[in-house]
Parts: sequence; structure tokens; C-alpha cells
Amino acid sequence: MIVNIIDFLRARMQAVVKICLVLLALLVVWDVVFVSKEEAHTFLERIPGFWSLFGFIACVLIIILSKWFGHLGIMTKEDYYDD
Amino acid sequence: MTDLWIHPSIILLAGAVILPLLPAALRKIFLVLVPTLAFVDVFTMQGHNGSFGIYQFMDWAVTFGRVDSLSLVFAYIMTLMCIIGSIYGMHVKESIQHSTAWIYVAGSLGVIFCGDYLTLFLFWEMMAFSSVFLIWFRKRQRSPGAGYRYLLVHTAGGLMLLAGIMLRYQATGGDISFGPIGVGNPQVYTYLIMAGFILNAAVPPLHAWLPDAYSEATVTGAVFMCAFTTKTAVYALARGFAGMEILVPLGVIMALYGVVYAVLENDARRLLAYHIISQVGYMVTAVGIGTQLAINGACAHAFAHILYKGLLFMGCGSVLQMTGTAKFTELGGLYKKMPKTFVYTLIGGLSISAFPLFSGFVSKAMIVAAGFESHYYWAGFLLMLASAGTFLHTGLKVPYFIWFGKNNCSRETWDKAKDPPANMQVAMFIASALCIFVGCYTPYLYNMLPFPQAAANYNPYIASHISETLQILLFTALGFFLLLKKLTPELTISLDLDWFYRKGGRLFFRFAENPVQKTDSAVGDAWNTMGIVPLMRLSRFWAWFDWNIIDTIVDGAARGMRSIGRGLRLVQNGRLQVNIISMALLMALALVALARA
Repeated sequence: MIVNIIDFLRARMQAVVKICLVLLALLVVWDVVFVSKEEAHTFLERIPGFWSLFGFIACVLIIILSKWFGHLGIMTKEDYYDD
Repeated sequence: MTDLWIHPSIILLAGAVILPLLPAALRKIFLVLVPTLAFVDVFTMQGHNGSFGIYQFMDWAVTFGRVDSLSLVFAYIMTLMCIIGSIYGMHVKESIQHSTAWIYVAGSLGVIFCGDYLTLFLFWEMMAFSSVFLIWFRKRQRSPGAGYRYLLVHTAGGLMLLAGIMLRYQATGGDISFGPIGVGNPQVYTYLIMAGFILNAAVPPLHAWLPDAYSEATVTGAVFMCAFTTKTAVYALARGFAGMEILVPLGVIMALYGVVYAVLENDARRLLAYHIISQVGYMVTAVGIGTQLAINGACAHAFAHILYKGLLFMGCGSVLQMTGTAKFTELGGLYKKMPKTFVYTLIGGLSISAFPLFSGFVSKAMIVAAGFESHYYWAGFLLMLASAGTFLHTGLKVPYFIWFGKNNCSRETWDKAKDPPANMQVAMFIASALCIFVGCYTPYLYNMLPFPQAAANYNPYIASHISETLQILLFTALGFFLLLKKLTPELTISLDLDWFYRKGGRLFFRFAENPVQKTDSAVGDAWNTMGIVPLMRLSRFWAWFDWNIIDTIVDGAARGMRSIGRGLRLVQNGRLQVNIISMALLMALALVALARA
């Protein structure tokens, strides 16, 4: 059953991607229009869609900086300790 | 209850001794029965706070059973995890593997319930010396080395702890009680004890043992290890060091450190191990903040973490068990072959990423909220950054590169891959159900926390919090799919601070081979000419003396000794499993003897 569901979705990849993007947009709209910002601790959190931007930039930063760090020489061949 | 307090460790230790003696048919029932008894034992303690099992040992009163809400919430989840872990390992035929796992859990519970540093140290060491077998039992070529490294690092940590305990004993005029250590006025001993604790919590720079050991452990052993050592340390920190400010930056560094290394990792279990460091970072930060909300958060997060991290190790362990590898570069596209394992692992991934309705959401939020409330804004934002990283790896990278992505499976791997045996699936099912239950029905967990009042006033399901969490997570997912190419796994390992004792040790050997050995042989030569000749003469005399005088006197005694020696040889036959059982038996006997004293 699980396999069938996954295959069903994979066969319609284009549509799935579109729906996901629409949902992302709706999420931001919901946040900007409806969600109360009374709980915010800092002014940053009052910026419309702040956490969307935060999440996206965080993800990109983590990937790029970590890979940069890894390629400084931290990542090495698998049998490094085996000799 | 007040009359009869049974330490759950005694149940597990007794179980560990009896299990190998049982016929194989009974073992499976016993494997569920013993941890369940320990769980029921802990469960019935609720509402009966107090100190039990206090004994006089030489000059000190030692306390085996301090029962309060802090110790109970940890004992509750640990005995529960012991049931799940034992079910997961049920197919393992060597009963000694289960016994060592139980001794390990018994050590954890001993620390959780102890009321003084003496008892704490005893159980602390018991944990290290039993869990190392969970690495050795993998029986790979590199297992002995990994095990010894693990043991040596923990011995070093134990010695720091012991030194701290001694200094404190002297400074306070004989106080061995284990409680809030006085973080307002830290002494040398405060830092030594803290160093012992944070080594077990895997706080950088004392963390490298964790990924080194957990990725080398057996499939079932890793499920136990990921739950107990670090969380026992979190308990010890919460008990002794609440409000210790230096723990806030240390915890935040941990949370980010684990995330960075997780990007680089090619081995699924090593990736998960780095995420333990990251998640424990949240708890360490919370302990450093030290408010009621923060301590609640640390305990709640430890509770949720034990379940979802266990689940993730069970999922990736299943892949390792069935296919023989856990490397992303040798896996991919497995959803057709291991669909159920995929779903369970995904539930673990969503829980650790703190998706609404999953367990991490209701626990992690408390810590971040406590950070903002106590005006640690930088800590709050950096922990949010680490959350994005958590979802990126555990929620997206692990499932994607094992079950989807490019199919890197060899023909052999592909043919072998299928969902694991029923017992492993049952264990994953239980853990998954609990992850969702904890996330959906908050009072279950919140009522158990050390400050239930503060917990009851906290509600994670408010619109702004749901919105910010969903935004961070879903936009992280967007970033993941856009940068998918960058994340393609590479066939590498990552150097970490264990380099210093793995490669540094070799430098030491090289030093030992050259200058040191040369000096040694020079001294040896001198000794040969100047020392040996007179010594030989002397020894010839003693040989004569021994032969003619002593032997006649002690012949009878010697014969006696020989027969004792034979007896000892039977006990000490060099079989590891027999030796540990005798050790466990001795410990159990010692506990019983103490109990009767």
C-alpha cells in the first residue's frame, strides 16, 4: 500500500511540486494576514514572513558553510585511520 | 511502598544474570518480562516521593533511592525505552548481549535514583564498563579498537569526576550528597565534576567518542547506547548544575556543531550520532538557563529524544541489518523494498524536527521559549537555526538518500533489502505511536515534569508558534530540494577531535620507537654487563635455598594452593560472557548485602 501511494505520487511529480509550492505560498499568506504577533519577543519576528526567510537562508547557509568547512580537509578518504 | 522499595536496577541485574541460564524457548518472554517489571516498579513509585534505600557504608550514609519528579521522569522513559530496545533485539540469539544491555540500563537507573556522589560514581562506571561490550559484540576487525577508545575516554571522564568528588568532599568537610552544587560560587571541584558530566553529555571538545562509538556498535546495541549515556548526563546536570551560565554557550555550540558534521556524514548512523550531540545541546542550554520552564524543557526534550532517537537508530539499524550497509553512497531507492521501515524512520525524522503533532514539537519549543523569556535572544535564534539543520538532515537527507534519490545499491544489497523481522517492526511501531501520542496529547508528558505548574501554563499549540515552525521547516525543505546536488553524499569520513588520540597516539608510538627505545636499549646493555652476572650468582644461591629448605617446609601448602588454583581456573576460564555474568552476579550480591546491612 505504501509503495503504491509513493508510486502514484512519483508518477505525478510535476503536480506534486506545484501543490507543494502553492501550500508554501498559502502558509506565508496565512502568517502575514491571520497570525497574531503578540507573542513576538523581538522586532525581527514582526517582519512579514520572517521565519520563512529565516528557514530558507538557514538551510542554504548550513549546506554551503558546512561543505566549505568539510572541503578544507576535514573530509578525507575512508581508510584514513586504517593504516 | 514506604516499607518496600525495590530498586529497578536490581530487577534488571537479576534478569541479566538469570537470562543466559534459561532455555531458549523461555528467553523471548523473559526479554519482555524483565524490563516491563522494572517499568511497573518505576510506575508505582509515582506519588511516593522520598528517600529510600539509605545505608550506612563505613563513615557515609549512601542513598540508593531518591524518588522525586526529576528522577521519576527520567526513570520512566528509560525503563520504557528498555522494553522497546529489548523487543527490538529479541531476534539476537546471544543472550549475553541482552544481559550487558540490561546491566548498562541498570547503571543509568542507579545514577538517576542515587542521592550521593559515591553511589553515583559506582553506577557511572558500571554504565561505561557494560556498554563497551555493545561495541565489542559487533565483532568487526575495528570493533576492539573502537571499544577501547570509548572505554579510555570514559575512564578519563570518570577520573575527572572522581577528582571533583574528592576535592568537594575535602572542601565541604565530608559532604558526599548529590544535589545543586552551588553554581553561584563555582570552585575547582565544581568544574571537575561538571567536566565529568559534560564528557558523558558529549559537549565539544569532549564529544568525539560519541560518533566514533555509536556508529561502531551493534545494530541493537546502538539503540540502547543512544538513549542512556547522554541522557543520564543531562539528568546529572539538571540535578546539580541548573543555572550554570557557561552551559548556555556550550549547549548552543553543541547544537550547531552536530548540524555541521551531519552535512558531511556519509554513514547514516554516524549522522544520527552527530544529531544526538545537536539535540543534547538543546538540553544542556536549557540546564544553563535554569528557570522552571527551562528545566521542564530539558526533561521533556530528553523524554521525547529518547523515543525518537531510539526510533531513528532502529530504522537505520534495520537498513544496516538487512542490507549490510548504512552508507548513503551504497543505498538509495529502497522505498520499494523497505516501505515500512521508511515510514517509521520518517516519523522519527518528523519528531526530531519538531513538526506539529510530533513529540519534538512540544518539548523543543519549551527550551526555545525559555531562552527568549530569559532574554538569551542570540541563543534562541541560534537554536532555531539548528532546528532548520535538524530537519535538513534527519527529516530530509536520511530518508531521501536511503529510500529515494539515486539508486546506488549493489545487486547484492538490493536483493537482500526487505523490511526487518517482526520483532523489530513491533518495536518501531511502539516507538512511532508514542512519538505521535506525546506530540498530540501534551498533558501526558507535561504532568510528569519536575514543575507541573509551569508546564500546565505552557501551551505549544498557539497559532504564532505553529506558523513559525511550519515556515522554518517547509522553507528548509525548499532549500534542500533546490540544493540537492550539493548534498550528494561523498564517500568520505570526517576528521573530528578524536584525531588527536587516534593519530596523536601514533605520533607517540613513533617517538617511543626512536629516542625512547634507543635509550632503553643502551640502559639494557649496561645492565647486561654490570648487573646480570652478579645477579645470576645470587639467584643460583636462592635456587638452592628454595629447593632444599623452603620446599620441604611449604610442600603441603603448595599442594593446597595448586588445588585452589585449579578451582580458580575453572571460574576464570577466559570466556568473556562467563566473566561478565560473574561480575554482574557479584554486583547484585553486593547490592543485596548492602540492602540487608
